[in-house]
Amino acid sequence: MGKNVKIKRGMDIPLEGKPSTHIHAISSSTTFAIKPNDFKGLIPKLRIKQGEEVKVGDCLFTDKKNDKICFTSPVSGEVAEIVRGERRAITAIKILADLAEYKCKEFDTQNYSTNNVDEIKAILLESGLWPFITQRPYGVIADTEVTPKSIFVSGFDSSPLAADLGVSLRGKESQLETGFKILNMLSEGGVYLNLHAKKDNTIYQNIKDVKVSYFDGPHPSGLVGVQINNLDPINKGDVVWTIKPQHVAFIGKLFETGKLDFEQNIVIAGSEVKEPAYYTTRLGASVHSLMNDNYKSENVRVISGNVLTGTKIEKDGYLSFFDNQVTVIPEGNQYELLGWLFPSYARPTLSPSLPISKYLKKTFNVNTNPHGEPRAYVVTGQYEKVLPMDIMPQQLIKAVMAKDLELMENLGIYEVIEEDVALCEFVCTSKINVQQVLSEGLELMAEES
Amino acid sequence: MKFLRDQIDKLKPTFSEGGKLSFLHSTFDAFETFLFVPNHTTQSGSHIRDGIDLKRTMFIVIIAMLPALMFGLWNVGHQQSLALTGTDGSLWDNFFVGLIQTLPIIIVSYGVGLGIEMGFAQFRGHPVNEGFLVTGMLIPLCMPPDVPLWMVGLATAFSVVIGKEVFGGTGMNLLNPALTARMFLYIGYPSSMSGDSVWTFLPEGSKTVDGYSGATNLGELASATAEGKSWSDDILSASIMDSFWGNIQGSIGETSVVACLIGAVILISAGVGSWKIMLSTILGGLFMGWIFNISGADGAYMDMPAYYHLIIGGFMFGAIFMTTDPVSAAQTEKGKWIYGFLIGVLTVLIRVFNPGYPEGIMMAILLMNVFAPLIDYYVVQSNIKTRLNRVKV
Repeated sequence: MGKNVKIKRGMDIPLEGKPSTHIHAISSSTTFAIKPNDFKGLIPKLRIKQGEEVKVGDCLFTDKKNDKICFTSPVSGEVAEIVRGERRAITAIKILADLAEYKCKEFDTQNYSTNNVDEIKAILLESGLWPFITQRPYGVIADTEVTPKSIFVSGFDSSPLAADLGVSLRGKESQLETGFKILNMLSEGGVYLNLHAKKDNTIYQNIKDVKVSYFDGPHPSGLVGVQINNLDPINKGDVVWTIKPQHVAFIGKLFETGKLDFEQNIVIAGSEVKEPAYYTTRLGASVHSLMNDNYKSENVRVISGNVLTGTKIEKDGYLSFFDNQVTVIPEGNQYELLGWLFPSYARPTLSPSLPISKYLKKTFNVNTNPHGEPRAYVVTGQYEKVLPMDIMPQQLIKAVMAKDLELMENLGIYEVIEEDVALCEFVCTSKINVQQVLSEGLELMAEES
Repeated sequence: MKFLRDQIDKLKPTFSEGGKLSFLHSTFDAFETFLFVPNHTTQSGSHIRDGIDLKRTMFIVIIAMLPALMFGLWNVGHQQSLALTGTDGSLWDNFFVGLIQTLPIIIVSYGVGLGIEMGFAQFRGHPVNEGFLVTGMLIPLCMPPDVPLWMVGLATAFSVVIGKEVFGGTGMNLLNPALTARMFLYIGYPSSMSGDSVWTFLPEGSKTVDGYSGATNLGELASATAEGKSWSDDILSASIMDSFWGNIQGSIGETSVVACLIGAVILISAGVGSWKIMLSTILGGLFMGWIFNISGADGAYMDMPAYYHLIIGGFMFGAIFMTTDPVSAAQTEKGKWIYGFLIGVLTVLIRVFNPGYPEGIMMAILLMNVFAPLIDYYVVQSNIKTRLNRVKV
């Protein structure tokens, strides 16, 4: 059965603006959007026109490389706008939602337990749930032609201010149960469900036939990449799929009812949020509808996701596809007199050279100032302290910088995606954009494969 | 603060592209970012970043060197007073004499080094890297007090240009820049870097008292070895406690083991210096000294208790400030143990087998600097091998 893994390397970053466990209902968003840029390397092929009426589950666009993969509408309504960015690339498809009850497309899921794998795949693809499955290596949408070695689900999120899934998924136990049953049919090597050793795991108690392991320790213990590396590392040629529990619940709901329901509880947190808490909304909701006047101040950064891996969005932007969190922190666009020597406010750090920041302050009001300028690598041994994987992070990042494909492969680039090295980026003395560098490396490897 | 910021904002266009003094852009930027952490924000990846940066890291190393510097200033005066009068001067007299002699060396070192760094930064369109702030202090500390200023300038220029910038600047250099400067002088001007007359700064034409000898511990050991004396002949004129506290002849900052250890505590507690390298260097030195002790061979060095190696010469200074330069040291965690240990071993080997050599640790560190990438290579290979073995199982 499952293992108990104690994660020692890593760090929790305690931030101000922790959400209360109260779940607020939100007067529903009027517009929703699906953003192709949430998927690495995706080129969308439109299936609808502006002004067209869509139901929940109608295909908005498909993947140009594999048109079986659909991206469907989270609500019913009218396609309000197809937003294009540079070189006319589609950056968002906005839908003006119906005010009344949503019209839903029906999927034939009633006989799923006897269905074969191909039929299940077809339903997931058609319903637009397939893109929730991420494939390693490369961290892209799962390849439809491959049967994965195993599927990994991290049952908890250890990122800063992340949702406690025990709260946000409460009441969805049966959907999770059904969802995991479906996942089990997709993989030969089975499904791994990794739980936090010290948290309430009652939402997962009905789930059967999965390999349960328990993790304990600081962030990034909740990252699925860290869990894979500690349980069954990815070797060259292996394909492993990962999916988040909240998305497993979407799958469960579809197979229980034949209808898609993208309703989810998300966390709105951060020091610049007046009322940090859980809010009920839907995939692709507009930040405006979520936040209203919930901002404490004007000069803020709104992040879809957490502070380490999230995407910067505007105040009139939309929640990204994979995220169940909005974080709002102050921008750091102020000069700080001799700030490198005498920091004028407490800030989180791994370095014992800032003892006051570390020990006297329990939570931090962080901003987006990098607290220093980018430099060449000088300090060593930092990344290793926050990456609990059998990977040599600095050597790997340097191999990517040198575009040495063979070395990247040998050093385990197949085992990591951007989020795994986010803490390395946070602690970096030389302020190197580690996630971006790794992303370029992954892209290069994917092209070569 | 507002006033200062306004003044800088007023000056900024002059130094920016298109401004009259745009050729000094990197220099201006260095001073501006020294005064103010820029108002930049994160644009990709993690939205928040750690409070540490390279400026702070380098500054902590400088703080860690201050005890050695302060002691060195006093000791320069102290040694001069002993040589000229045979008695000790007052604390302030000693300190003042030391300051008069040492300050110009520090100024030349920083002036020449930073000047070249800023020139290169401007030429390459890079920001000025903080690395030289440490090198610029290390160079004076590892010089004999009597060194001519032009030599300091020349050596600094050599170490910055040939030791660092040709490799691409801070972070890319193979050798420890401060030791490169010292090595350059040792090879180019051995008479000013070794012997018995360079370790005490004496004004021109002054006469020393009878019985004064300018020899260091290492110098005495070298001549004893040449004369075939053994350890029991009471070779060292300085007591081991004097050597430990540091009121002996030697380079400006290297003499006091205590001051170096204070530096080590600062470096380790601030998480800046690698304790692994320091510890393994010390272990390596003790190990090799112990091997000679039990080898049964006769000789001044062979029979010297192993721990003496740590206390005499520049061993501690090197082990704490020079080996831990993260750029030229081994960069893998396992590699750091091997790197440090071999430096300790080599230092003692060089001292024992070639006592004519002024100081083994300089050569040992530079040699291991060259081998550090090789050590890392094998550590990385072992990680690669475990990954490949996983596939086979």
